[in-house]
Amino acid sequence: MAYNTPSDLRYSKTHEWVRQEGDEVVIGITDYAQHALGDVVYVELPAVGSTITAGESFGVVESVKASSDLYAPVSGEVVAVNTALESDQSPINNDPYGAGWMLRVRPTGESEELLDAEAYAAFVAEIDH
Amino acid sequence: MLKRTPFYNAHLAMGARMVEFGGWEMPVQYRGIIDEHHAVRNRAGLFDISHMGRFMVRGPNAEAFLQSMVTCDVSAIPLGHASYGLLCRPNGGIVDDVFIYHLPDEFLVVVNAANRAKDWDWFQQHTAGFEVELEDRSDRWAMLALQGPHAEHLLATAEDSTTAEIGALPFHGVAMTTIFGQNALIARTGYTGEDGFEIFFEAVHAERFWYGLLALGGNAVQACGLGARDSLRFEACLALYGHEIDETINPYEARLGWVVKLDKGDFIGREALQAIKQAGLTRRLVGFEMVGKGIARGGYPVQRVTGEHVGFVTSGMPSPTLGRPLGMAYVPTDLSSEGSEFDVIIRERPVRARVVKMPFYKPRYKR
Repeated sequence: MAYNTPSDLRYSKTHEWVRQEGDEVVIGITDYAQHALGDVVYVELPAVGSTITAGESFGVVESVKASSDLYAPVSGEVVAVNTALESDQSPINNDPYGAGWMLRVRPTGESEELLDAEAYAAFVAEIDH
Repeated sequence: MLKRTPFYNAHLAMGARMVEFGGWEMPVQYRGIIDEHHAVRNRAGLFDISHMGRFMVRGPNAEAFLQSMVTCDVSAIPLGHASYGLLCRPNGGIVDDVFIYHLPDEFLVVVNAANRAKDWDWFQQHTAGFEVELEDRSDRWAMLALQGPHAEHLLATAEDSTTAEIGALPFHGVAMTTIFGQNALIARTGYTGEDGFEIFFEAVHAERFWYGLLALGGNAVQACGLGARDSLRFEACLALYGHEIDETINPYEARLGWVVKLDKGDFIGREALQAIKQAGLTRRLVGFEMVGKGIARGGYPVQRVTGEHVGFVTSGMPSPTLGRPLGMAYVPTDLSSEGSEFDVIIRERPVRARVVKMPFYKPRYKR
């Protein structure tokens, strides 16, 4: 199955995406991740002003079937949260790279290994047999 | 190597997401769990349940043999009817939950996929003294479930008019009929809390039945995966082996005392179950809703509001029909009455939960 992997983003192996915007980054989950989760019905995100640490859980998404941790692709301070997802989670499934964004973060430098679109697509193809 | 049902290629062709379940490679969803769930509550859904075990029990002592194995009263199952029953260990722990179908000259026992080998051995170990023959028909027969309020009239359109049985079939009734020109055993049984049927037929006809049933009523039937099967049974509070019941749990604490007929004569576990019933319970299965924010999942610990660890969640999810997170848990009996409160530990944080009535969704069986 082919998943959408926009070329202007970088991706973690735990299926979060990162978009650089000036000296901040926007974070969400990938098309592959939303497909694997199924319909997201609940999301728990950190508050503005809190810090996230690369490789550690920063929140959780829940579908009917399972709850899944969200892992921070970079370390930094949370400067904005997509609070609209608290009442309507459907953008995570319908528009994971747009209206389904989760956090805007001011990075402090530490980062997980991030893949470009081509490498991430190849990584997904390997695990999604 | 995971096992595959005769519908495996059809699942792939329909874009199902496949997962491992009880040693089987099974579809968890096609369109999405919530869509599939609502399709069954409002219309009709089709499930591949061929991963379950199908054992035939026959011979002069077939009834007496089963009577010695299960907790329900097999002698009270009329020909052409089915009954829910439990296999128990001598200590009263639950080996499996099963459905027993009384057919002409034999009984069909349907067991859980993950317990097929264990149950087969358990039956084989106890045949001494009975003139009984066991046959594992799991591979030869396929099994589908067509469930939902539209199941009856849709299935009737596939039935040969000369053998019409479907409309007249009572709740838990079972009969031979002809569907798509092939012999099929149909039973008014299921695992969704809706009216519906389970259909058994020769596995060589698998795709004819699968695509034929989906096409009924102008493609009015939704293919459903194990995800919706779980959310549907969860709302109806039907036990799932490995969650609400297992060998460390007895039928009374699982609220399945109604399946245990202590007066019917001896059976494996009877003595222990009698003693458990007399002594009274220390814990009980309860349904709960979340008071705090969060979703409880199977395996999460339960503690008193004072902090003492006292139990565990068996199943939990956001209920698609009721639109809020619900769960089932084993808790001490003093916490088991409606309105009692306890905490579920969700990602290391206690979140308040409150006991509510079970089932969460009142089944709409046609009786």
